[in-house]
Amino acid sequence: MRHIISLLMENEAGALSRVAGLFSARGYNIESLTVAVTEDPTLSRMTIVTTGSDDVIEQIIKQLNKLIDVVKVLDLNDGKHIERELMLVKVKATGVFKDEMKRMCDIFRGRIIDVADNSYTIELTGSCSKLDAFIEALDRSAILETVRTGASGIGRGDRILKV
Amino acid sequence: MDASANPATEPHAKSMTGADIVVACLNEEKVKFVFGYPGGAVLHIYDALYKQNGFKHILVRHEQAAVHAADAYSRATGDVGVALVTSGPGATNAVTGIATAYMDSIPMVVISGQVPVPAIGMDAFQEVDMVGVTRPCVKHNFLVKHVKDIAPTIKKAFFIAKTGRPGPVVVDIPKDITAHVADFIYPKTVEMRSYNPILKGHSGQIKKAVKLLLGAKRPMIYTGGGLVLGNGAAELVKLAKALNFPVTNTLMGLGGYPATDKQFVGMLGMHGTYEANMAMQQCDVLLAVGARFDDRVIGNPKHFAGHKRTIIHVDVDPSSISKRVKVDVPIVGDVQSVLSDMLEILAQEENQNTDVADWWSQINEWRGIQSLDYTYSDSVIKPQYVVQKLWEVTKGEAYVTSDVGQHQMWAAQYYKFDKPRRWINSGGLGTMGVGLPYAMGCQFADKNAQVACVTGEGSIQMNIQELSTCAQYGLPIKVILLNNRYLGMVRQWQEFFYENRYSESYMDSLPDFVKLAESYGHVGMRITNPADVEGALKEAFDRKDKFVFMDFLTDQTENVFPMVENGKGLSEMVLSPLSTSRMKGEA
Repeated sequence: MRHIISLLMENEAGALSRVAGLFSARGYNIESLTVAVTEDPTLSRMTIVTTGSDDVIEQIIKQLNKLIDVVKVLDLNDGKHIERELMLVKVKATGVFKDEMKRMCDIFRGRIIDVADNSYTIELTGSCSKLDAFIEALDRSAILETVRTGASGIGRGDRILKV
Repeated sequence: MDASANPATEPHAKSMTGADIVVACLNEEKVKFVFGYPGGAVLHIYDALYKQNGFKHILVRHEQAAVHAADAYSRATGDVGVALVTSGPGATNAVTGIATAYMDSIPMVVISGQVPVPAIGMDAFQEVDMVGVTRPCVKHNFLVKHVKDIAPTIKKAFFIAKTGRPGPVVVDIPKDITAHVADFIYPKTVEMRSYNPILKGHSGQIKKAVKLLLGAKRPMIYTGGGLVLGNGAAELVKLAKALNFPVTNTLMGLGGYPATDKQFVGMLGMHGTYEANMAMQQCDVLLAVGARFDDRVIGNPKHFAGHKRTIIHVDVDPSSISKRVKVDVPIVGDVQSVLSDMLEILAQEENQNTDVADWWSQINEWRGIQSLDYTYSDSVIKPQYVVQKLWEVTKGEAYVTSDVGQHQMWAAQYYKFDKPRRWINSGGLGTMGVGLPYAMGCQFADKNAQVACVTGEGSIQMNIQELSTCAQYGLPIKVILLNNRYLGMVRQWQEFFYENRYSESYMDSLPDFVKLAESYGHVGMRITNPADVEGALKEAFDRKDKFVFMDFLTDQTENVFPMVENGKGLSEMVLSPLSTSRMKGEA
C-alpha cells in the first residue's frame, strides 16, 4: 500500500543521505522524497512516499526513528491528511494544441506561467493522482517536458507534526 | 548539551589545540587504551598523545586490527572501545572492523583523521569520504569542521555509542582542525532532542508477560548478545531459576546463562543442539531477551512461524521487534531493567509455581540424542576434543576468542561459558581475522587473565601480522590453531551441497607456524597426536608470561553437527552419524 511518511530531522549536512541510504540499504521503495527547511531553521521536514506491506511500513518507520538525526516520524496514512505536489509541464502550443492546451489547463485548474512562440509552460498542483490524470489526459505528442516536485503532505485539523 | 555555548565565557576554559582537545576528551571519558596507527592526517593528535599519560596507545600492525582490538576490549569490559586511524587507507582499513562491531552492536568510538577542510573534495592525497563510506555500518558518524565542535562532538559520540542499542560511532577530524586553537570545555551532559532511547519497559506489558510465563506448559527462554551487552545475565539467571525454565543462548549470547547449569540446553540455531532447536520450535511460550531471531538462529521464518507459540520479546531496539517474526508481547527497554521489573512482579504473584515437569521430560528425551557427541580417535586429533580439553585446562575461566568457520562453531559448542563477556567472536558479520586482535583486546582488558584464540589456518592468516604487536606488548595469549588444511566450513558446505567439489577450499603452502611464531620471539608448538593434546595445553597455559602458538594438526574431514541447512526449518536438523544412529535406536 502507498504511504506518505512525514519526518522532522536535524537540519545538518548529510542528514538527507542517511535517509536515502537507509532506503537503498534495506531495499525499501521510494516513490518520491522531498525535503526543505522548516520555519525553525534547525529542522528540516521531509515527505517520503513509499509503498509496502504493513510489516514493511512498520519497519520503515522504526528504522527512520532509529536514525540519530531524525527527531519525529509520522505516517500520514494513520489519519486524515492532505497531499499536494507541484508539476511544471512544457507543452506544444502550435496548431490545434494552442487552444487544446489552454482548455485542458483550465479544466485541471492549472496556470500557464510561461508563453513562448511554440510552447506553454503549465503549473499544476494537486494530489499525485491528479497530476497523473493530467498527463494521461494530454496528447502525448504535445508534451515536451515535465518536472514534478514529489508530494508534500500534512495532517488535517489538529494532527500536527512539531517538536 | 548546548553546542552553541560560548566556551570563552566559561571561567576555567583553557586554550588548547584541537589535537590536545581530542586527547583531553578521551581522558575525560576515562579511556584506558586507544588502539591505533599513525599517519599524516593524525600527526598532530599523535604528537598530543605523546605528551600525556592518561591513556595508553597500542600500536597495531594494521588498522583493521586496531578496530577489532578496541571492539574486543569493549566486549570484555563493557566500556567503550576506542580506535584512532589516519585518513584515506587508514580509514578504509578500519571499515571491516567498524562493520563487525556494528553488526554485533558493540559500543566504540573510532577517530579518523581527514584531509584539511579546504582540501576536502579535491581528491587530496589520502582522502576518502569516511562519513560516506561508513554511513551504512555505524550507529552514527560525524565530520567535525570547526575546532570548537571537537569536544561536544566527542562527548556526543561516546553517549551515542554506549546508550540504547550500542554501536560504533565514527568521528572524522580534518587535520587543520587539530592545529587550530579553542578553549576547552568538556560538556558534562548530553541532551539530544532527536535521540532518547527508551530504557524502562512498559509495566502493563511486563505484567502481561509474567502472567503468560506462569501459565506456560512448554516454556523456553532464548537470549542473545543483547543480554550480555545490557548486563542482564544475573537477572536472567534469577528469573530462569525462579520459573525452572529451560534456557538457550545464541552464538552471541553464550555466557548469558551458565552453560554448566542443568537448565541450559545449549546454543540454538544452525549449529545448535538438538534439544535447543526442538524446544525452540515446540515451545508454547517463548521469552526472547536481547535477541533478534536472525536467519542463523531460527532458520526458515515461515517454518518457524508454522508452529504456534506466544512470543514475548524484550529488546532495547524497537526495530528488532517484529522484524523477522511476529511478536505477541513486545517490551521495549533496557534488558536489565525489564528483567528486574519482571522479577519484582513475579515476587508479588501468589502462586509462583510453574507446571513444567512434562516439558522437562520431553527435553531430557531430546538430550538423550547427545547431538554434540563425536567419535574420538586415538590416531588423529579431533577438533572438538581440543576445545573440550581447552575448557578443562582453563577451568572454564578463559576469555576465548575465535575467528570464523568450523573452529568457531566447535569453540561455541564445546567450551562451556559460565560467565558473560568471556566468549568473543564475530557473530553478525562473520569476519575472518578477528581472532588474534580480539585476543589482544581481551588481554589488555584483563592482563592476568587466560586468553585463548581458537582459530583456523585460514582465519589466522588474515591478521597474522599482529604476532608482532603481541610481541611488542608481551601479551601471553595462547593461539589454539585447529589446522585441518582446509577452509573447513567452506569444505563442509561443498561436501554437503556441491557433491564434494572442493573449489578453492584447500589451503596449500602454509607457513611453518612454529617457526613463524618463534621468529617473533614467541613459543611455537606443533601437536599431532591426540594423546599429547591435554599435556601440551597444560604446558602452554603454565607459561603464563609467554605467547604460545599451538598448531594442532586436526582431522581434515570433520564436520560440524548438528546442522540446519540454509532455508530449512529449525527442527529439520542434520545430525552427526553417531546421533543419527542413536535416534534410530541403534546405539
